[in-house]
Amino acid sequence: MISATKIAEGVVPTASTAGISPYQRRSMRQRVRPLFGTPINAVISLACIWLIWRCLKVSFNWLFLDAVFEGGRQDCASAYGACWPFLLTKLRFALFGTYPYDEQWRMALSLAIFFTAAGLSMLPRLWGRRLIGVWLVTVPLLAALMWGGLFGLRYIPTLQWSGLPLSLMLSFVGIVVGFPVGVLLAIARTGSLPAIRGLAVIFIEIIRSLPLVTIMFMAAIMLPLFMPSGAQAGVLLRVQVAIILFAGVYIAETVRGGLQAVPREQFEAAQSLGLSYWQIMRLVVVPQALRIVIPSLVIIVIGFFQDTALVTVVGLMDFLSTVRSAMHDPNWEGVVVIDGYLFAGAVYFAISFGLGAYGRFVERRAQMGGF
Amino acid sequence: MPLGIAQNSSLDSDKCPVRASGIWRLYDQRLRVLFYQAAALAALGWLGVYLYAAASEKLAERNIQTGFGFLGREAGFVISQTFIDYKPTDTFAQAIEAGIVNTVVVSAIGIVLATILGLVIGIARLSHNPLLAFLSRLYVEVVRGVPLLLYLFLLYALIIGTLPPANSAWEIVPSVFLSNRGLAIPKLHWASAYSWIAFSFGAGVLLATVIGHLIRQRRISTVSAPRSWLPVLVAVLAPTALAILFLHPELMVDLPVNGRFRVVGGAQLTPEFTALLIGLAVSTSAGIAEIVRGGITAISKGQLEAAQSLGLRRGETLGLVLIPQAIRIMLPPLTSSYLTLFKNSSLAIAIGYPDFVMVSNMTLTQTGQAIEIIVILVLVYLMVSTAIALLMNWYNRRMSAYDLCN
Repeated sequence: MISATKIAEGVVPTASTAGISPYQRRSMRQRVRPLFGTPINAVISLACIWLIWRCLKVSFNWLFLDAVFEGGRQDCASAYGACWPFLLTKLRFALFGTYPYDEQWRMALSLAIFFTAAGLSMLPRLWGRRLIGVWLVTVPLLAALMWGGLFGLRYIPTLQWSGLPLSLMLSFVGIVVGFPVGVLLAIARTGSLPAIRGLAVIFIEIIRSLPLVTIMFMAAIMLPLFMPSGAQAGVLLRVQVAIILFAGVYIAETVRGGLQAVPREQFEAAQSLGLSYWQIMRLVVVPQALRIVIPSLVIIVIGFFQDTALVTVVGLMDFLSTVRSAMHDPNWEGVVVIDGYLFAGAVYFAISFGLGAYGRFVERRAQMGGF
Repeated sequence: MPLGIAQNSSLDSDKCPVRASGIWRLYDQRLRVLFYQAAALAALGWLGVYLYAAASEKLAERNIQTGFGFLGREAGFVISQTFIDYKPTDTFAQAIEAGIVNTVVVSAIGIVLATILGLVIGIARLSHNPLLAFLSRLYVEVVRGVPLLLYLFLLYALIIGTLPPANSAWEIVPSVFLSNRGLAIPKLHWASAYSWIAFSFGAGVLLATVIGHLIRQRRISTVSAPRSWLPVLVAVLAPTALAILFLHPELMVDLPVNGRFRVVGGAQLTPEFTALLIGLAVSTSAGIAEIVRGGITAISKGQLEAAQSLGLRRGETLGLVLIPQAIRIMLPPLTSSYLTLFKNSSLAIAIGYPDFVMVSNMTLTQTGQAIEIIVILVLVYLMVSTAIALLMNWYNRRMSAYDLCN
């Protein structure tokens, strides 16, 4: 078996070094050939170069040459490019939204703690039981910081939670709680109990056929119309539960593919060792199934991080929503048409791209048997 | 001694309690299984009864009558763009129908555009030209890294905020105008002759399928390989050509022209529709590009080498060997991306395109019939999802069946 250390030491050829030996340097001609080898290729290359040049020029002009760096509404109205003053003055609102201004340091601190804990969890060296401990401390700490009401912190109701922390919270809780829900649903759907299997199939297929928007509408607007008056939950909680269920169903369908790919003999071998059903699932079948579906799970995680933007539609102030309301500020309305969206897009892209890159790393590690 | 163990006295009674008695019966596998299922069903039943009771109490309190009777009442709201006739005096049922048609139209056109775009980009990602491969990879990454909702807002803002006003619309290609009032494209006036021509084209396709099938049968039984495309092509085109020859249809195209205040004539597509269509097509095309790339790279290199050694040209290799095999791999994920596009069209509500969800929502605010509207939403989406899935499964089976007869 090829181990990670061998690859790191360069003993085993990897994809990047296997083709050309490092001593053999490519001549200029060999480098140019894929670009201009045939006439058609040359035309394609020229067209690509023209396109790249155009894009770079337009972006550079918009971002810097035609942009406004200082001033206010009037300066931006007369200019064609980006309006940096808007971004600078509204940045804090875009990030933290309607959370009380004086208390926004709490959100900033929560973000910092969250990113630190998440970053630590991503290091393979630290994987293990200790991480559970880290999160058992982190989550109550974050909750205490956001809610307040303890240690002299002012109580902030969930209705005022907004901005990037809200988006991250909705997606993080959605995935983390949705994950066990999904695995259980997948086990129920592949299991041998007909009634439970039937219920799982009906639940999964109904939720999967519906768009997330309609499910959010049901949770946010329709549910209060026919829920008993005593059992009203806050809109944030209802939407969060909707996201958890939605995530759970998609994770279930992915994990089901993995479960079906685990050979039956694995189950039988574990049974013959005398393990109970749940021991078999927990120790033998589910770990193997999860390893198979890592790439799809990464896509689901990224998708759900982006899908939380949909809570805008039911009126929650997530990151996209706060950026939008910053753009609709009477001071800037009509002057900034796309600046805020491009900023929000850059933030979403950075996080999604980071998650994707990390997912590819985990996938490689899993293939090498690094777990 | 318990009865169960006595019957299996050959087994070690300590390690194998095959059948327990008394309180230990609760550990019996079969009993436990039954118990779990009964508990799950009972919990669900209790939840259903509880919700039903709570809902009927609440509805009685708000004086809302349950049932679908409200569908026959007058809707009274305006729908900004419809593809079937609708006016505010029509019923709620007709309004919802118009919303469904709006959803279906934007999804159908979106699926076609996304497939074309995705195919082109997916093949470009496999290009030997590093620049082209890089650009298409960049496209996929950028499209996938940002939520569709943000793209919709951005596109809508671009159309409304940066395009020229309607009195100085921008003619991208002749007779296609783009302005901040949306897109204006030529429109075909439907005449009865067209219906006949469409009908004969359908008949031609049917005829061609039959002829193609017969030729294939003969090829299999005689092992000779006559070219089959010519009779098939004739069978497709002949009825259409005959129909055109006999009916002499007049081509009545309504071209949009740049009027004094706005673009007049043609088919006017609202900014909402345009933004939604472009957003759906672009966001789905990135996924389709990845599916196409995955499908083509999944075919073993031996197939490519075998095709080359037979002397097939690059185009023939792609069209006769690679793509037919790749399609089979691509179909299941392609189905799910079509379904995703269809479901994502519900984001229309964010930019104000009156799709099914938005019309349902308008109906809800007017009538308060929450349960009935949930039922309608679930039924319609389940039906369409099932229909697309069944269609794709049928096609998938057909494609796999080629393995057996060819």
